[in-house]
Amino acid sequence: MPSASKEIVVSNKLGLHARPAMQFVDVANQFTASVMVKKGGEEPAEADGKSVMQMIILAAEQGTPLRIEAEGDDAQAAVDKLAALFESKFGEED
Amino acid sequence: MKLRDFIVTEAITPELAAADRDGAIRELVNALSRAGALPAEAVDEVVGALIKREQNGSTGFGKGVAVPHVKHAKVKKMSGTVGRSVNGLDFAALDHQPVYSVFLLLSPDNQPQQHLQAMNIVFSNLQKDTFRRFLRQSTSREAIADLLDEADQGK
Repeated sequence: MPSASKEIVVSNKLGLHARPAMQFVDVANQFTASVMVKKGGEEPAEADGKSVMQMIILAAEQGTPLRIEAEGDDAQAAVDKLAALFESKFGEED
Repeated sequence: MKLRDFIVTEAITPELAAADRDGAIRELVNALSRAGALPAEAVDEVVGALIKREQNGSTGFGKGVAVPHVKHAKVKKMSGTVGRSVNGLDFAALDHQPVYSVFLLLSPDNQPQQHLQAMNIVFSNLQKDTFRRFLRQSTSREAIADLLDEADQGK
């Protein structure tokens, strides 16, 4: 099965709070590929990218490196679009 | 961080009188204000901000729970409370089901990390089937406070 992954850093000031988490899940659900989000660092954790609750539990603050992993036919497209959300800072500021 | 670090016991409302979302939010913010967690003159503004937040996207994330929350300049110290609705509330939840347990969280507007950690601990517990079930069955403030204590102790 095709897979894809991308490393990103949470750059928006407020971190991955509820609204961006929901935005992420909405986009993830546009794809058939499964999506996992992995957090490294001192408190490693992972979340199902299609579950709002799990994404909020990541509590990824500004500066946190994350790895987005997708598996499925549209894995690459999913990863690209999800990474772009972080690059746009979820439309939050500046 | 633990639930009891910010959940104000005196503001826990085991039986919400309100029958709708906006009323429940106001009832819980009033309870926090009466318990000294928020100045009375800030109540209207904070309630308005919480309702606006819900209109932008429901915090009813499914499974009968909702977590209305807001970061606001009038909030000096993070605080939260829990409300129980016997008949269920329409929170326009993601799964279209009524909400029976409400965790309401108020954060200062300049401490995003603390806010994320509080959301983390709230959702870590709300994800557990047993926690949600016991919360729905807790009919008194003491019972809810005990449940939060047990959750904090990792039971």
